[in-house]
Amino acid sequence: MIEIGLGHYLTLAAILFTIGVFGIFVNRKNVIILLMCVELMLLAVNINLVAFSAHLGDLAGQVFALFILTVAAAEAAVGLAILVVFFRNRGDIAVEGANMMKG
Amino acid sequence: MLEAAAFYITAAVAVLSALMVVFARNPVRAVLFLILAFFAAAGLFVLQGAEFLAMILVIVYVGAVAVLFLFVVMMLDIDFAVLKAGVTANAPIGGLVALVLAAMLALTGFAWIESETAAANLQSPTPADMTNVAALGDIIYERYVLFFQLAGLVLLVAMIGAIVLTLRHREGVKRQDMHRQVNRTREEAVEVVDVKSGEGIG
Repeated sequence: MIEIGLGHYLTLAAILFTIGVFGIFVNRKNVIILLMCVELMLLAVNINLVAFSAHLGDLAGQVFALFILTVAAAEAAVGLAILVVFFRNRGDIAVEGANMMKG
Repeated sequence: MLEAAAFYITAAVAVLSALMVVFARNPVRAVLFLILAFFAAAGLFVLQGAEFLAMILVIVYVGAVAVLFLFVVMMLDIDFAVLKAGVTANAPIGGLVALVLAAMLALTGFAWIESETAAANLQSPTPADMTNVAALGDIIYERYVLFFQLAGLVLLVAMIGAIVLTLRHREGVKRQDMHRQVNRTREEAVEVVDVKSGEGIG
């Protein structure tokens, strides 16, 4: 229990990832919370990568985590921009009403 | 002992704040808890010796992404009580999916062994006599330089995309037109009028 190893970090990352997935299913109307849950899941993945990197002594994992961070930031920016446009067009951000493009 | 205490406290903060992100009634509070979760994760990264990533996490997420979320939450005029209404209705299916996922992760989490040749296959072994930042810089700018440039390209595309998406031309707003400004001639800009004394132009 006292020795903190790879398993501890993997467990924590699994818990965080599960909370993120749960949040996506629960908050189906609020796109902002959805985006935040996606960020939580990416954070869990990053914790996994860094844990393995530290465990194996291989820096490649941290480089990978760095790139995930970059993509997550880009995703948040574009996602929020889409959200703002969506709100401008419809007046709310309910995802359930987002079927305008259906033929 | 100290490391264990630090890990358990930071991990508890991370998990609790993640739960609060999902369940908070007020989205502003959810964003603030997301920031706390990222701070906790940064603490865990420091604990594992990944100082550079920890600092990047604080700068990029707390400094940029979370503030972006905060801006959007405050900018949009939304009745959040209505949005929160479906939470209890969706809780059973969400809980079921989360349970299945947790079971799957637990099954894989306890059923793996480390290969004996893993130590021989390291891509970029951590150098012993360097700080984390220096070692990461060494490999990012040499071995992974192409990916580093591509990451910059991804950010550029995201920036252009966000601007293009949110830019709108409103009617009735005077804008600067560079082309017309540069190309106008003396003839259309100034006119010499011979005004008689005491009469005015009109």
